[in-house]
This record gives sequence, structure tokens and C-alpha cells, in this order.
Amino acid sequence: MQVGRRGFIKLTSAGLATSAIGVLGFGSSGSALAAAIRPFKLTAAAETRNTCTYCSVSCGILIYSMGDRAKNARSNIIHIEGDPDHPVNRGTLCPKGSALLDVVHAPTRLKSPRYRAPGSGAFKEVSWDFALDRIARLMKEDRDRNFITRNAAGTQVNRWTSTGMLAASASSTETSYLTWKVARSLGMVVFDNQARV
Amino acid sequence: MTNTWQDIKNANVIVVMGGNAAEAHPCGFKWVVEAKIENGAKLLVIDPRYTRTASVADVYAPIRPGTDIAFLNGLIRYLLEKDAIQHDYVRAYTNASLLVKEGFGFEDGLFSGYREEINGYDRSDWDYELDEQGFAKADDTWQHPRCVMRLLRNHVDRYTPETVSRICGTPQDKYLQICELFAGTAAPDKALTSLFALGWTQHSVGSQNIRAMAMVQLLLGNIGVAGGGMNALRGHSNIQGLTDVGLLSELMPGYLRLPTDAEPTFEDYMKTRQFKPLRPGQTSYWQNYRKFFVSFQKAIYGDAARADNDWSYDWLPKLDVPLYDIIRAFEMMANGQMNGYICQGFNPMQAFPDRGKTRRALGKLKFLVTMDPLDTETSRFWENFGPQNPSDPAAIQTEVFQLPTSCFAEENGSLVNSSRWLQWHWKAADPPGQARSDIWIMTGLCHRLREMYRKEGGAFPDPILNLTWNYTDPANPDPEELAKEMNGRALADLKDSNGAVTAHAGQLLEGFAQLRDDGTTASGCWIFSGCFTEKGNQMARRDATDPREQGLAPNWAWAWPANRRILYNRASADAAGKAWNPEKPIIQWNGSRWVGIDVPDYGPTTKPSDAVGPFIMNAEGVGRLFARDQMADGPFPEHYEPFESPSENVLHPKVRSNPAARVFADDRAAFGTAKEFPYVATTYRLTEHFHFWTKHALINAILQPEEFVEIGEVLARQKGIEQGGWVRVASKRGAIVCKAYVTKRIRPLEVNGKPTHVIGVPLHWGFTGQARKGYGANTLTPSVGDANSQTPEFKAFLVNVEKAHAPKE
Amino acid sequence: MADLQSQNYIRRSASTLTPPSVRDHEQEVAKLIDVSRCIGCKACQAACMEWNNLRDEIGHFEGSYDNPADLSPSTWTLMRFAEWENDKGDLEWLIRKDGCMHCEDPGCLKACPAPGAIVQYANGIVDFISENCIGCGYCVKGCPFDIPRISQVDHKSYKCTLCSDRVAVGLEPACVKACPTGAIMFGTKADMKTWAEERVVDLKSRGFSNAGLYDPSGVGGTHVMYVLHHADKPSIYAGLPDNPRISILVDLWKGIVKPLALAGIAFTAVTAFFHWIVAGPNEVQPEDEANAQRLLRKTDDSR
Repeated sequence: MQVGRRGFIKLTSAGLATSAIGVLGFGSSGSALAAAIRPFKLTAAAETRNTCTYCSVSCGILIYSMGDRAKNARSNIIHIEGDPDHPVNRGTLCPKGSALLDVVHAPTRLKSPRYRAPGSGAFKEVSWDFALDRIARLMKEDRDRNFITRNAAGTQVNRWTSTGMLAASASSTETSYLTWKVARSLGMVVFDNQARV
Repeated sequence: MTNTWQDIKNANVIVVMGGNAAEAHPCGFKWVVEAKIENGAKLLVIDPRYTRTASVADVYAPIRPGTDIAFLNGLIRYLLEKDAIQHDYVRAYTNASLLVKEGFGFEDGLFSGYREEINGYDRSDWDYELDEQGFAKADDTWQHPRCVMRLLRNHVDRYTPETVSRICGTPQDKYLQICELFAGTAAPDKALTSLFALGWTQHSVGSQNIRAMAMVQLLLGNIGVAGGGMNALRGHSNIQGLTDVGLLSELMPGYLRLPTDAEPTFEDYMKTRQFKPLRPGQTSYWQNYRKFFVSFQKAIYGDAARADNDWSYDWLPKLDVPLYDIIRAFEMMANGQMNGYICQGFNPMQAFPDRGKTRRALGKLKFLVTMDPLDTETSRFWENFGPQNPSDPAAIQTEVFQLPTSCFAEENGSLVNSSRWLQWHWKAADPPGQARSDIWIMTGLCHRLREMYRKEGGAFPDPILNLTWNYTDPANPDPEELAKEMNGRALADLKDSNGAVTAHAGQLLEGFAQLRDDGTTASGCWIFSGCFTEKGNQMARRDATDPREQGLAPNWAWAWPANRRILYNRASADAAGKAWNPEKPIIQWNGSRWVGIDVPDYGPTTKPSDAVGPFIMNAEGVGRLFARDQMADGPFPEHYEPFESPSENVLHPKVRSNPAARVFADDRAAFGTAKEFPYVATTYRLTEHFHFWTKHALINAILQPEEFVEIGEVLARQKGIEQGGWVRVASKRGAIVCKAYVTKRIRPLEVNGKPTHVIGVPLHWGFTGQARKGYGANTLTPSVGDANSQTPEFKAFLVNVEKAHAPKE
Repeated sequence: MADLQSQNYIRRSASTLTPPSVRDHEQEVAKLIDVSRCIGCKACQAACMEWNNLRDEIGHFEGSYDNPADLSPSTWTLMRFAEWENDKGDLEWLIRKDGCMHCEDPGCLKACPAPGAIVQYANGIVDFISENCIGCGYCVKGCPFDIPRISQVDHKSYKCTLCSDRVAVGLEPACVKACPTGAIMFGTKADMKTWAEERVVDLKSRGFSNAGLYDPSGVGGTHVMYVLHHADKPSIYAGLPDNPRISILVDLWKGIVKPLALAGIAFTAVTAFFHWIVAGPNEVQPEDEANAQRLLRKTDDSR
């Protein structure tokens, strides 16, 4: 007689009282049992203090990564939770913050520069040198062609309106300062960030 | 935020209006719950929908999207009528008694000075009447017909409870219950805090929404005190920082402003930035503008910025329009006036109004660069993803570069939170594959351009070639070096008035008080001065001790300005320097100086008897109930209907919507009417997602997998829409097909005698990432912005809704 | 029985072992879910998935914010949302975090026929030991709260462990730590009851005259308790049982069969039967196989 688990449940659920297996607990006393509780996974993980990347509550977080920062160990983030010392979040995190691990390791994280040629139906992977050389060249061509040195009244205005930029509001303050320097030194005025949106 | 997140726990009443704090800022919202439990606070929620914030509120009142000013002006009327204002505070700390120029007026929906041809105002009459010395005249009895208090009373007189209810659709009993709870906080020892976000900013009257509440808070004496304030709950982790560092069209770091065409020379520029005090003896701290400006130019142009070339003033671009905001940028792009666009961590295809226009505009670019850790819709706008993105790649000639960047976990640096804290964070791992930091990428572009300009010449290369770049590794500057550059250094030995050296040449500055306008100091962002001193990185401080557990944690990280945690904290004490609320003092006068748990927002030894106002950045030293000429659309807030609205403006039918809003012709042509699109729609975020990022994170995709809209039960019944059934929601600009959540949480509102239905459109779905494909709420939204900030009107527009068939998979 | 020593069991399914009892000074723990503070943000769900390395399928929108739609082998906790109109005509959005209640008198453990597949530790946590689980589903029937779920892939039963791995090293469970508003608290059961009393006083002062603690006596109390604003009507909270008790079948099992078994009747036959249960089910039926394959495929598709 072949009885699978599901069948077994069907067969026996009504007649539970007829089975007497409860007595058998000690029957297995000789068998080796693994420790029941899952081993604590962070015991020797490296801990790094960071700030949640999402909203501007800016919760303190602890990032745990595999490897003890030894030269031959490549750090891989395995867990992120709230920093209990942080005066605002006190260890808590919201559903976004609690899932930061999945954005760090999102399958759609980009890993290589990609380029799409005019009219093309697909991206192709390119080198950093190709991408940055080409972008810089396109920027220079456009700037040289369309830079406005003086307005109609003859005032020196030195602005560039035909190429614009949006700056990243989750990047660091230091990144943003450097970005300001680069963009404004080119005379860029079509320049904004997420603050208005 | 004027206050800290934790300070919310000191409030007696918490008002969430123009936001949804529990969903958008859950971990900040804990302090609301803390206030309820530890301080017996009441939570009031005013929102078109019964949100998750409302689910823990003591009082919830519905309101029609886009009518907040009617509600708040009515509230001001109520407070004045019941005399529920904090008199001593209003007299000493606001401009209630100052006299306004003859000529200022308001009639039929327009303030004086309206000029139709410019869609805006000549604001010259919106100012104080000055005496011979140039100081504003005052009438402390508030009897003068042109004193601010009288003008305000007159202005809000029209906003009776009946009118408020007729415009907002808020039931009168709920409205009055809320007014009463507000009024209770006029007591000197009671505080109300206002928590708001995009629910107020994303309107064609966005800035005035916030002003209206700020005026309420001044009248109640709730600015500067523990548990009070105007608390803008900002969006991204460093949106505050980017604003502080001036990455906005018209700004420079530290809220300095770019010059305009009307300021050909440095002296012209400085002339409009004198900030002469408007009342005797006032601080008017912006009088130091020149020091901040010169130190900034020294930071970015070094030795090339000299007194004899006006500190390289001409190297800054000048603006010919008030703003090159995103709405203008995409208008230019759609008209073929732009060739290149760089999106650093930014996704316009999802984030900007009128997605169809956004897609068309991007297709007119010669090149588009995206820098992002994730695959964004913008970087793939040219690709066909079916109805959610019906592009024809062959027809799009834009070159697209998709550059992979590191994310937060893979870099060092600081982020500025909503409470203005600069918090340092540390790298935990390397980025995947060839992803690089934004610093490395921007540096790579900068070097290439410099090299080309050095070798080939080209248009105005001076600012590019002279940009300071003294970093240890010029190809990849260290964030700490950049932080030090923002903090600032002495360029020569700095001496005090006695000749003693206060800082040696090369030393990091202690704070912005050391800045000079003679070129002997450099500071990349004056408000950050003090963040990285000779004592080390102050942003990395981790001492969480909290004196009196009042929610300041003054030694945790570092807050701008000058590590001050509560702005305007001088206003927490009365004119004599004693705390209004003796239970929760912040700073008080001890007979010789200001002492307390926070850095005084005031001269540390300025005597109370000197009557220096607490609002030291304002030339008049007091808070403004009358905004002078600082707002584009009026010195008082006024109710204007959203550009797409189901109702006439019952106050002034001839001036329906904000007369000072800028609307481009093609955008105006894309506005719908209530005849075709009878329902009011509003867009919003859900707590399970963060904008358009978390659809890439598996857990969040599981928690809220698929696009839907929220529809009230009454409308659903009328339209035969079933729970979880498919619907098509259309505006004049586009349509989305998704599922319906039929809910009790949105009820029809009685507006001007007609039942008005609201449809809620969450905005998280797109065509990249792990969650199910969606159209995105911006398929529907109109392209019109707030008259001051140009923030798009995402929160109130018109749609139609019909039952639909399930799309074929 | 090395694990008995180290893990401080007080009960073990289908067993008559007397657990070592000298370490008798462990305090009972409890999780207190204060529904009146809960904003339904699902941080607990996210933290649970992240900590326990669980990822359910990406589902669909199904007419509410309940996502995933139900508990599953990969979803151990779940926010359940109920829109409820009170007698004043005002809407209340009742949001309850569902998951294992860690009963003092666990129906699952009582019903479980597999020795050591379900255990209860001295601190009150009820834990499933997968290695011993035979996937029979008795725990599902024995649970008055409809919590355990049997995996179609590995035929094991799963549910919340109260993060026994975290608690064992002195930490609070992942959901508790994450909860932004402190709607989930963790501590000794005594402390949690005291705290709950304070919450009830506050709620009563805000007009919730029937506020109270849900710590149902039908299961001997629970190590996951709720503060409810309407403790007189638990079922309005997405079907929280008004009077949970262990199924009569389980009582029969416990009341009649076990004593018989203890008397040593039919020892040999029973041993054989047990072997059949433990070993037999390892022969997977084609139907089970097909189900497992289908599930795996689905998971692949959704990625």
C-alpha cells in the first residue's frame, strides 16, 4: 500500500484517536539530533556603520558583511539592520530600510557601462574610457557651439543652456559639492535635483 | 525641519496635513507615537484619503485635494475671532504691528500690482512703510488700518466655516473640532508641530500652503519652541544636503544665489544683497553675504579669485529667467532647444509630470547620460516595453550612456537629514562589477574636458581650467578632503581685533564666524563650516547623550548651522529671556548670557533688553505674517483652485487658479475639463516602496507587487467596478490600465453643493525592476508648477475612470 | 539528547521524555503587538524575510494591502488589513500582524505525531525542528490560529520561530527590532503584561472603552499578545479568534491516546507504525513531485 503524506493526512485526520504513536518519543532517543536553533549568523561578520539611503529620516544602520576584512576575503554584504545607538531610529527600520539588502543585491544593479547607438534596439557593454571619452567629446562640442558669452544687451553671462544635469539626491554631500564644481564651471544652468519633484 | 525628529515627542498636538508621515517616514513617525504615549498628545490628520497615518489619529478629517489654503485661512480666521493667539509672542516676534505701504491691496482674487502680460506681479507695493531712517513703521496697538494684523484679519474674513466646508468638502463639525484643538496650543506652555511633505509642495500653490501653516504657527507661538515648528519631512536621504550645497538651478552652496543678467558686475550683485536691517538694532545676518560669497569663490577658484577680478564673479553663469527648473528643461527639450542631459541618480521618466511629453522630449536629445546603481526607465526610454512604454527604437536617434555607480553601502561620506544633521557613513563593500562612485565619474568627465580645453581651446575655458583640484588623488578625490574644502580653511593667519592669531594659515576653520571678505578664508559651503575642524570630523560623532531627554542629542553627528538643533530657538523664551514652557526650556538668559541645551540662534551675549528679534536672518528680526515681496503670488496665501479642478473658485470666479503660475502653451493645451474628466485624482507613495527604487528590491516587490488605484465604494458602485477588478484611468494626457482597490477610506466629498469623488494613484510602478510592470502615475499628471518653486502639481488633477478588461498577458 | 540540554526544552512533540529541569530559572518571554500603535507599514514582514532568508513569490494586487495574500512556508508573518466602521460611523483601519502566537499550551505541539518536530523552550517559544518534521499537517489542524504552512517543495511545516536564533544570543526578534512605532515590543511576559495595562489605560482615556489585552486562556495564554482597542470583538481584526481553543480532536489525542500509549500497549506494533510514518513519506508521490516542480517553475518565472 502506497500512501503519500497528503493521503496519509486524509486517511488519518478523522481517525486520529486510533493511532498511538505518541508513545514513541523515546523510541528515537538513540538518534543524533542537530541543535534545534539556527546558528546565529552574525557572530563573526564585519560590522560597518552607515545611513539608510532612502528617506531623510536618515536612519542609522549596521551593515554586516561576510569576511573579516582579511586581504583574501572579498566583502559581501549579508545583512543590514538598524543601529540601536542612533538617536532617531533607535534600531528600528521601515519596510524599505529592512529590505536594504535586496537593493544592494538587486539583479538589476548595473555592473558595466553600456551604450546605445542612435536608432539601435539594444545596449552594448562598453569600456569606461569609451563612455567617458565620448560623453566628454559630446559635451564639449555642444558647449563650444551653444555657449552664451554675452546676452543681447552685451552683458557677460557665460551660461550653457543646451546641456543640462540632474543631480543625485541620495549621493553624499561631498559628491554633490564636487558635482556642483564641475557643472557650474562649465556654465551649466539647466541644473536641478529631486527637491522640486 | 526647524526642529529634530525626536523633538516631535514634546508636542501636545501633532498635525499631519500635506503629508503622510506614517507611510513615508515611519521611523520618524515613531516620535509622533511617543508624543501620544508619553505626552498625551493628540494627532490630527487632514488628508483626502484615510491613510495609514490616519489609522492611528485621534481626529481625521477629509479634504479635497488642492484646497488646503482655504482650510488654513479659515483656521487663521477662527484663531483671530476666538482670540486664540499667543499675544506676547505675536507682538514681540512677528511683524503683526508693522505698517504696510499705501497702495497694497487685494480685490477679486488679485493682489495689487498684477500684470497680465507677464502672468505675474509688480511687487513694489508689497512692503513696509518706512520712516526717514529706512526702518519699518509700527503700530503696537494693531489699530492702524494698514498694520499687518488688520490686513490679515481683513484678508481671512471671507473664510467662514461655511465657506471652508463648501470649498474643501470637509464636514463642518470635523473642521471646527480641529480648529479647537489648534487653538488650545496658543497657551505659552503648549506646542503644536506641523509635519508636512509633498502633499503641500506639489501644488500650483505649494509654497503658499506652507506659508499659511507657518503663519498659524507664528500666531500660536509655536515656532522655536520644543515640540513646535514647521517640519518639512524631506524625501531622499540627502535631498537636504543637495539643497544646502545649492544643486538647484538658481542656487550656490549655502543658499547664496547665482547672479542674474540684471547684475552685470559684482557690485550690482552685492547691492541687492545688502540686507540692511528694517528695524533698529536688528541682526539681519545676511549682512555677512559678502564674506560667504568671497570665501566660496576662493574655495573653488583659489588664487585665480582675486579682489582685482571681483573674485572671478564673471565665471559664474548668470540667469536670464528665474529658474531653469525641470518643467522648463523638458519644455526646452521638447522644443529641440537642448542637446544633452545627464541624469545622476535620477529617473525623469518616472518622476516628471506628463510622461508622454517626457518620453518625446528625451527622444529629441543628441545624448543622454544616466549614472545610477540601478537600471532605470529613463535610461531605457527608447526601448519598447509594450503599452507601458510604446517607443520605437529605430525612430529615436538619442545616444544613451548607462553608467553604473556605487550605492550608499559602497562609499564614505555625509548625508544631511531632514533635521539638518550631517551624518558620516562608511563603506562596507566594493561595488559590483565595474560600477564606480559618482565622484570618480564626475572627476573623469572633468579631467577629460579640461584636457580638451587645454589642448584645443574652445568656448570660455577660464573657469574650467582654473577650478581648484588640489586633491591627494586628483583622479578620485577623497570624501574627507571634499568635506574639509566645504568646511573651509584660513588662507592667511587670521587675527582678532586685538591682533591675536585665531587661526593659522592652512588651518581648518572652527565655524562661519571666522569667514572674511578679503580673500583670507576659503569655504565651499559656509553653512557647513564647523563640520570638519582641526578637532576632526564632527559629522562622525556618535555620542547620543540627550540632556533632559528632550530630543536634541547635540553631540551626535553635526547639524548646520553651527551645530544648532532647533532653529529660531531664541523664540522659545519670552522677551525677558525666560522659557515660555518652563518644563521644556531650550535656551534662557542667565543674566549675562544665553544658556541651555542648544546652541543659541542668537548673539550669545545679546541682552533681552536690546530687543533684538529672534528671527535673525530676517532684516526686520521678526517672523513674517505678511511676506513682503518674497513670494511670487502674494504676501498672504489665497485659495486658488488647482489648474485642473471640478469646481469654480467660489471666492472669485474670475480668477480661478494661481494667476502667478507659469504655464507653457502646450501644457495648457493638455489640461482637461471636469466635463470630460469628472473625478479628482491625487498621486502618492505607499509605505512599502521608495519612489521607483524599491521595485528593484525583491522584498519590497513582494510586499506591494502591482500597480493599482484607490476608488471609493460609492463611485465604484456607480461605475460597476469590482474589488480588485481592472480599470482604465485616463487624463487628458494619457491613460493607465490597472487594478482597483475599492475602499471605504475614500468617501465622496460635498463640494460647492456637488458630490466630488477622489481617485488615488500610487506611483511606484514602471517597466524595470522586479515588481510587475506598470504605467506609472505620471502618465496622468499635468505639467504645471508652483508659482515660486515650480514643483509640479502632482496632487490635484482630473481623470475619468471606467471598468476595463484584464490585459492579455 | 544533546539538544535538550542546550536548548532548554520544556516540551517536545510526541515525546514522553522528562526534560532536564535543573535550569528552572529562565524567564518566559513575550512579544506584545499593540494594534493601536501599528501603522501597517510591514517593516516586520520585511525584517522577518530578510533575517530568515525567506522570499515568497511576487504575487498580485488582490484588492487589499495584504501582501503576500496569506501566510506560507516563506511568509511567517503578515499584516492583515480590515476597514471597519465603528458605531459612530467613523472608519477605523484595523491592521493586525498575523503569525504564530507561541501558545503556552500549543495545539500544534500537542497534535504533532513526530517526535521532537515541535518543541517548546523554557522561555515559551514554540519552535519547529524541520529535521524531525514529517509534513503530516497535524500541526495545521491543531493550531487554533491557522498558522503553520506545509511546504509543497520539501514537505516540512513552517512558521515564525520568534527568531529563536536571535533570542538565544540575547537579541530581540527581527520584527520587534524593526518596528518603527514600537507597536511590537519584546521582553519578559510579565513586563509585557504590565506595559499592556498602561496601554489599555491610555486607550480608554482616548475613548476606546473596550480596550484590552488579548492573551487567550483557551490556549493557556500566549507568548505573542495583542493590545486591541476593541478587545470585546477580536474577530473584527481580520478574523482573530474570539475564543481560541485547541481542536477537540487534539484533545482526544492528548486525553485518551497518549495515556494508552504511555501504558506501553502494543509497543512493537506502534514502533513499526512509526517507522512507516517516518520512512514511508520519504517516498515522494508523483502528485507531490508535480506540485513541487510547478512551484519551482513559478518562482523562476517571477524572477
